[in-house]
Amino acid sequence: MTGISPAVVAASKLGLTFQTNDGPVQALSNVDLTIGKGEFVSFIGPSGCGKTTLLRVIADLEKPTSGTISVNGMTAEQAREKRAYGYVFQAAALFPWRTIERNVALPLEIMGLSRAEQAERIKRTLDLVNLSGFEKKYPWQLSGGMQQRASIARALAFDADLLLMDEPFGALDEIVRDHLNEQLLQLWARTNKTICFVTHSIPEAVYLSTRIVVMSPRPGRVSDIIESTLPKERPLDIRETPEFLAIAARVRDGLRAGHSYDD
Amino acid sequence: MDSFRDKLVPVTSILAGVVVLWYVFAVILNAPFQRDLDSRANETPGAVEFIGKTLAQPKPTLPAPHQVAVNFFENTFLRPITSSRSLVYNAWVTLSSTLLGFAFGTALGIIIAVGIVHVATLDRSLMPWIIASQTIPILAVAPMIIVVLAAIGVTGLIPKAMISTYLSFFPVTVGMVKGLRSPEIMHLDLMHTYNASPSQTFWKLRVPASVPFLFTSMKVAVAASLVGAIVGELPTGAVAGIGAKLLAGAYYSQSIDIWSALVAGSIVAALLVMVVGVAGRIVDRAMGGRPA
Ligand SMILES: Nc1ncnc2c1ncn2[C@@H]1O[C@H](COP(=O)(O)OP(=O)(O)OP(=O)(O)O)[C@@H](O)[C@H]1O
Ligand SMILES: [Mg+2]
Repeated sequence: MTGISPAVVAASKLGLTFQTNDGPVQALSNVDLTIGKGEFVSFIGPSGCGKTTLLRVIADLEKPTSGTISVNGMTAEQAREKRAYGYVFQAAALFPWRTIERNVALPLEIMGLSRAEQAERIKRTLDLVNLSGFEKKYPWQLSGGMQQRASIARALAFDADLLLMDEPFGALDEIVRDHLNEQLLQLWARTNKTICFVTHSIPEAVYLSTRIVVMSPRPGRVSDIIESTLPKERPLDIRETPEFLAIAARVRDGLRAGHSYDD
Repeated sequence: MDSFRDKLVPVTSILAGVVVLWYVFAVILNAPFQRDLDSRANETPGAVEFIGKTLAQPKPTLPAPHQVAVNFFENTFLRPITSSRSLVYNAWVTLSSTLLGFAFGTALGIIIAVGIVHVATLDRSLMPWIIASQTIPILAVAPMIIVVLAAIGVTGLIPKAMISTYLSFFPVTVGMVKGLRSPEIMHLDLMHTYNASPSQTFWKLRVPASVPFLFTSMKVAVAASLVGAIVGELPTGAVAGIGAKLLAGAYYSQSIDIWSALVAGSIVAALLVMVVGVAGRIVDRAMGGRPA
């Protein structure tokens, strides 16, 4: 991270209010956040605190109603048009009429890549998420976790420098989750991608992140930002070290503070 | 085919019930005329003989199933298929205009649906007219179409096919509008994150998502096409076709002919719906559909 390179994501005084039938819902309020290149930032907070909404604003799937957002130094819309990011949704969102490999190929077809390039990327990313051998299967023939891994492969095949992931491992069992966490960290370390990662799990957030953004609801806002002191090299058993537990405790405290007025 | 075996018993028992009822009504409805005949001939037949006679009249009010069956069999299998009395020949005449009209109707329905989905003003301006077009009784429209087209020298297959088109484009339009709008928000968002062009979103997402809707509406449309072709034969004084057979049967009080033409019509309808259904299933399987 050099000080000169522009921030990948820069939000200032960002707010978003949905107009619903039962009046306005303030999903985001006064969010200030800067994410530098190569960071791994987790967003954690109770349900409904605006994590998905924030990610969608970065992705230009929602327009903020106040404040500004820039991605790679341009507006979110320009960044989307330049295909600046890959997005992993909370659900797998595979096309049921396409096989797994054709699903991964979808963004590549849209980008107009050659057949050979497509085949190479499909193979590489399906290997990465351990789905080799399932290329010709249709989504319904795969378990929920395998479908989610296919959707991660699809986002990785896109090969953008910014990855936006909305609870990608939420539906997976602990063991697969551990494995994918390790894989994701390795990928991140190798490629120097910038990753924004939404999660409900404190250990997952601490294990993965260089920075943890704690959010609280009504209105959705950033209540705490915690820098991780863990080294970049992180074996799974780092999760038993005192340093790890200390960070986890800070995150838990931050979440509780955001919640306190609920009681 | 397990589902076939599961359906066999209920379907046959319903069929048996219908046949029994049909015989009962044939006896009841044909009895007055038979009593007339008998009293004029000074005959007093026994009950069994009387019932036998009500089921063997040459121009019965309601022909008995076996009379229809015999007539159908003779006119289908025993006549050369080039004969104008052959049901195969007449069914083919109706079928050809049905298929032509169905093809036009499906194409037209798809085109209108694509327009409605992509152009907001078409949605508001066209849809009410399309719905209104279907509230006009086809029996009122058919003669006008035939007469107007005949005036400009278009006769034969085309006018009948146009009536089929008129009836069949509607279900396809409605089904395809729904189908093209069926993609989930998340899939549309996904295409948005790839900055896909509208035509890429159309071909890669909307079209494949609409395929099941297309086949469901085509099943309705093909049956409507057949009705259109038959109705189109009534006001033309057509010499051939199932509609022409129905009309001629009514004209000469050949009730048995009418009924066997009706049977031929329903068999054609069932076959058409079945063919569309099978085609739909083949396409669904090719698109990775889960076997039911
Ligand atoms: N399209 C929308 N229209 C109206 N309100 C919305 C819309 N999307 C989200 N909201 C509201 O905005 C708030 C934040 O929602 P969001 O989905 O961002 O929460 P979240 O933090 O992702 O929750 P979860 O952890 O359950 O996924 C909620 O109160 C939600 O009801
Ligand atoms: Mg969410």
